[in-house]
Amino acid sequence: MTLETDKSGHVDHAHVDSHTGMATTGHEWDGIRELNTPLPRWWLTILYMTIVWAFFYCIAYPAIPLFQTFTKGVLGWSARGSVNEEVAELRAQRGPMVAALSNASLKGIEQTPQLRNFAIAQGKAAFGDNCAPCHGAGGGGSKGFANLNDDDWLWGGTLEQISATLTHGIRAGDDLGHLGAMPAFGRDGILKANEISVVADYVRSLSGLPVTTGADLKTGAKVFAENCAVCHADNGKGNMELGAPNLTDAIWLYGPEKATIVEGLTNGRGGVMPAWAGRLDATTIKALTVYVHTLGGGK
Amino acid sequence: MSISPPAELRSVEKTMRLGELSLLVLSVIGVFGALFIAAKAYTPEYAFHAYVFAAASLASALAVSNRYFNRPAEMPPQVIAGKPNYNYGPIKFSTIASMFWGIAGFTVGVIIAFQLAFPWLNLDLAWTSFGRLRPLHTSAVIFAFGGNVLIATSFYVVQRTCRARLAGDLAPWFVVLGYNLFIVLAGTGYLLGITQGKEYAEPEWYADLWLTIVWVVYLLVFLGTIIKREEPHIYVANWFYLAFIVTIAVLHLGNNAAVPISMFSSKSYIVWSGVQDAMIQWWYGHNAVGFFLTAGFLGIMYYFVPKRAERPVYSYRLSIIHFWALIFMYIWAGPHHLHYTALPDWAQTIGMVFSIMLWMPSWGGMINGLMTLSGAWDKLRTDPVLRMLVVSIAFYGMSTFEGPLMSIKIVNSLSHYTDWTIGHVHSGALGWVGYVSFGALYCMVPWIWNRSRLYSLRLVDWHFWVSTIGIVLYITSMWVAGILQGLMWRAYTSLGFLEYSFIETVERMHPYYIIRALGGVLYLLGAVIMAWNLYKTIVSPETEQETVGQPALVPAE
Repeated sequence: MTLETDKSGHVDHAHVDSHTGMATTGHEWDGIRELNTPLPRWWLTILYMTIVWAFFYCIAYPAIPLFQTFTKGVLGWSARGSVNEEVAELRAQRGPMVAALSNASLKGIEQTPQLRNFAIAQGKAAFGDNCAPCHGAGGGGSKGFANLNDDDWLWGGTLEQISATLTHGIRAGDDLGHLGAMPAFGRDGILKANEISVVADYVRSLSGLPVTTGADLKTGAKVFAENCAVCHADNGKGNMELGAPNLTDAIWLYGPEKATIVEGLTNGRGGVMPAWAGRLDATTIKALTVYVHTLGGGK
Repeated sequence: MSISPPAELRSVEKTMRLGELSLLVLSVIGVFGALFIAAKAYTPEYAFHAYVFAAASLASALAVSNRYFNRPAEMPPQVIAGKPNYNYGPIKFSTIASMFWGIAGFTVGVIIAFQLAFPWLNLDLAWTSFGRLRPLHTSAVIFAFGGNVLIATSFYVVQRTCRARLAGDLAPWFVVLGYNLFIVLAGTGYLLGITQGKEYAEPEWYADLWLTIVWVVYLLVFLGTIIKREEPHIYVANWFYLAFIVTIAVLHLGNNAAVPISMFSSKSYIVWSGVQDAMIQWWYGHNAVGFFLTAGFLGIMYYFVPKRAERPVYSYRLSIIHFWALIFMYIWAGPHHLHYTALPDWAQTIGMVFSIMLWMPSWGGMINGLMTLSGAWDKLRTDPVLRMLVVSIAFYGMSTFEGPLMSIKIVNSLSHYTDWTIGHVHSGALGWVGYVSFGALYCMVPWIWNRSRLYSLRLVDWHFWVSTIGIVLYITSMWVAGILQGLMWRAYTSLGFLEYSFIETVERMHPYYIIRALGGVLYLLGAVIMAWNLYKTIVSPETEQETVGQPALVPAE
């Protein structure tokens, strides 16, 4: 039993806790005492076990820094090595198909079902991580981003055309990419506001949408013929060479509302798709081409 | 017959003390210095902060002068009628601040939880975007709520367990007010887009410098009080508080080492770069958990649990061993945040093995807290405050088991970057840090405001159950979400390609994010109930102390 004296001459008495039968340390702070209970055996055992385990783990794995290097561990494990192993496993799983796909032509892939399935699997994975942010996980598109599930193509839906669009992009600064864009008829002063309004009505009439009552569709047709037909064709069916959409169907990139059409006529349109060459390897682009081609309306 | 002079003539002539004079001078310099910087600031955001600092300096100058004219000539006595004259003023301020910031921080947490489920709630505004609100939430709950609870309780506990009045006269006030000024600079800075981009250390160089000054004064006040203690020994709670204060200072200085581009700009560059910067960041980040959210709050536990349970601490020996083991091992565990990154393998191993060895030192605190209840378990039925404290220890035990588990590389390869981590953090934050703080506030508010009891124990009961359901919703939804994410990310098709795109895994999180947000709403609701209860405790006539004066001291035997 210890006796201690504090500055005020006060004496601490170790006393025995009646509930546990354990002695306290004799100290007291603001009414709080501390029992002198020994360390729980199980607690100490596990603590020692974790320390022993840590010791052996440090022998087995890279652990101790040295001046120029570090101990590599007797198991020879390294993070880089383990990545390489997993990549090798994946390569083995993909098997000879990888080389076959990289050597095959788009036509060749189409004609070999096994190769086609493999390309679709790779294309689907690549699509999810590269294309889905704009075109949606299922390729359904959204405002300004083309729906890839239908057979209405802006720049063409053959394998070659899809491949070209993927490789060089749209208005993305690639010289071989698609460059055509909808001019800003209003902003650049080519058309007046009332002309834009009537031509917007005329464009709606092309796909059978209701127009503003009393709209002068004749003038609209004239404005269209003079300004729009050069890209969208006289009948409004568009031109894939220029990326000019077909205006006679029910499919709209930005929306069929008159206000949206007026907005496009006024400020122009020119959405961008990245050129994927350089971002994705040629085989992945090939796989994406095949996958996108299967989505809905491949030509 | 001699006539004794009137009392006021007998008293000491009032002179301005050195502390008052220097703070006054520094405040005046602060006003003009900040105005000068505001005038030349590169950006309006930084100018705004300079104006805030100028206003705070002006308020400080006025407060110091006003206090000087109104105070008696003598220093407040250290002892009144043989009992220590405890200084509760700054504690009261920090207590109220902690309630305010707690509710603010939980509210922002609920908002960002809903933003994750419904992205349109970002409102397309920079100030309300997730990127700015998220650090606002983390800093508000950790540093504003948690920090104020730690300052309030540490100032209370160090006085009571040292039987000494808080060291310093103006210094304790400087600590609480200066700290809250830092909070305001940090929080408004995030909303305005001022950040150095370091997680949990987002404030820029000038706010960091200010916090350094405040923190050093905090350390001096705490140490000064310990040095003049009337008890022969330093109580275990104070070891933990001291470890918290000292280590946070070291971490703060190390991680925030930065070079400002100009005194007139908020922008600075961190001196560390690349993987070294990542390592310093997580040495800081993990030990902010270890020393702010663990050591500091263990200090709270070591005072308030035995006090409330009216039982002796279970084991003095365990407290020594687990304290030193915790302090020694925690500081090495940071690299487990950087598993499978560019951090060299050996450093990852060190982080992992120290995390595993940390398991028992952490549990030492849990054992000491829970076993202190032995002989008082029946009180859990009748005392919801004690129940809150005990459940906080249970959550502490759970999180400190889950932590080492997640630090194991193979587990980490599944859990890392998923919402499992978020769930893990919140079982510690809501369950441990939150509950031990609430328990301490429920104990301390009647004591420092000299009230006979809490306004309503039934409301404490409601707080307990509402927020417990909230925590359960939160952590279970995040477990499911996190493990689902981890499994989806690593799923391969039979042909050897990733089965799911990232965006598909995001879509699948939606229901769990809603459940999590609802859990957050319940937790917030509980905190509002607490704030109301504590407010009524402070003002309601029903809780008035029958005998006026200091709360009865238990004489040391």
